[in-house]
Amino acid sequence: MRPFTYERADSPAAAAAAVQRRPGAKFIAGGTNLLDLMKLEIETPAHLIDVNGLKLDTLEATPDGGLRIGALVRNTALAADPRVRRDYSVLSRALLAGASGQLRNKATTAGNLLQRTRCPYFYDTNQPCNKRQPGSGCAAIGGYSRQLAVVGSSDACIATHPSDMAVAMRALDATVETVRADGTTRTIPIAEFHRLPGDTPHIETALVPGELITAVTLPKPVGGTHVYRKVRDRASYAFALVSVAAVVQRDGSGRVAVGGVAHRPWRVEAAEAEMPRGAKAVTAGLLADAKPTHDNAFKLTLVERTLASVLAEAKG
Amino acid sequence: MHHSGDLDMTRRGLLLGTAATAALTAAPFRAPARAATVGETAMPPPATGADAPSLSPVLSKVTFTVNGQRRDLELDTRTTLLDALREHLHLTGTKKGCDHGQCGACTVIVDGQRINSCLSLAVMHEGGDVTTIEGLGLPGKLHPMQAAFVEHDGYQCGYCTPGQICSAVAMLDEIKAGVPSHVTVDLNAAPQATPPQTMADEYRERMSGNICRCGAYSNIVDAISDVARREA
Repeated sequence: MRPFTYERADSPAAAAAAVQRRPGAKFIAGGTNLLDLMKLEIETPAHLIDVNGLKLDTLEATPDGGLRIGALVRNTALAADPRVRRDYSVLSRALLAGASGQLRNKATTAGNLLQRTRCPYFYDTNQPCNKRQPGSGCAAIGGYSRQLAVVGSSDACIATHPSDMAVAMRALDATVETVRADGTTRTIPIAEFHRLPGDTPHIETALVPGELITAVTLPKPVGGTHVYRKVRDRASYAFALVSVAAVVQRDGSGRVAVGGVAHRPWRVEAAEAEMPRGAKAVTAGLLADAKPTHDNAFKLTLVERTLASVLAEAKG
Repeated sequence: MHHSGDLDMTRRGLLLGTAATAALTAAPFRAPARAATVGETAMPPPATGADAPSLSPVLSKVTFTVNGQRRDLELDTRTTLLDALREHLHLTGTKKGCDHGQCGACTVIVDGQRINSCLSLAVMHEGGDVTTIEGLGLPGKLHPMQAAFVEHDGYQCGYCTPGQICSAVAMLDEIKAGVPSHVTVDLNAAPQATPPQTMADEYRERMSGNICRCGAYSNIVDAISDVARREA
């Protein structure tokens, strides 16, 4: 690990300003992903700003009946919150399907959104990776790509976003609240928060340098049956091959977001019009532009079958 | 062990000596590995390392409580909580397995919650309250979970055991606090009200962050079930 200086921030705006002021500075919250990457020298911050003291760790009802989740609410606390379990259970389920008990106790809401890909070529510093070293190439293309993206990928990158939580957030139309170094705030719809790789896969989100997430807000509950189904190589503590977050209404309409297939949680609103016609029709729309590799073409079938299972479960 | 002819060498001392030798042996091979080539193209240097400003080690003071005792430390900011416990406080009960949060051997309880001490910086625990395996119980006065692991043979080599035990103790507290799990059928029902087989499934799922390469899992579940029954 490279040496770094360390400070504790005492307000969100001060933290944002501090990161922008220091080249190579980063925020640290739970640290469960950042420290892993620092040990491998994939992340090499020269300065860390500890945001854990910012009191962004509460959940509160919003005036329009939604729920505002502080950026520092831990994954365990969010999954266990009675309001989330009752009104947004797809989110509880997604969180509980991710990581381990120990990691969920540390990992934060904002950090979960910002976690980096687990593409093995991103992790192997002896390999070219456009995300880790822009312009160096992509060893995953033509490499071992079983876990990697089937849709929305580019000639520069076929990495997937590893989060379960973010897939549920996408299905729930969450918005991300931020503060920038100049103290101004904004909200970013989750649909626009994570970027596709294009030819700049190292730029993963809509955040500008120094911008700090302060909260994630869920709109008022939409009812329906909430299901999160994750398919993985082990029964527990493994990243998704494919996951499906769905909110299904009595009339068969609803929303579907898919994880494990793209550089961001994958949702195609137009495909949801096909929900009453079943999984095959929805998947055709969801994955219309899919470009799988030889190793991961099975994910196309897996998405359809997982969705079929989810829709059957939702019907009861 | 500093006197000639004194063979009272500890296992830890032997391992440290061996590790130092291994490091010396391995060191010359590191640089060529970085310069490996594919085809004609030299591999780029790792990550943003090339443009990151080079810094000398930075020291920082931190104070936290470990097993009820206040500890004042001055540490390299890079020191993980795990290394602070093992290398600076010489509490070697907490084990380093993968050092990347994948195996759970380093699990300790901080402010009542189990965490991977390898993925946490010591300086981030200012004012924190840390409990390690040494703080749960000692020979002659074992914590019920330690006693149950002995009784049920919840280990073979024992390397993962301190992490398993710390994890299990805090895990039962999570169940008591109503935290659901991936296998909880009804998110809005109390998990305590479930039958024993379902509880065994709960323990297996909730302990999935603790790997046991010897495969003592079924006995670990028995030990945990035993403690949970007695506490109920």
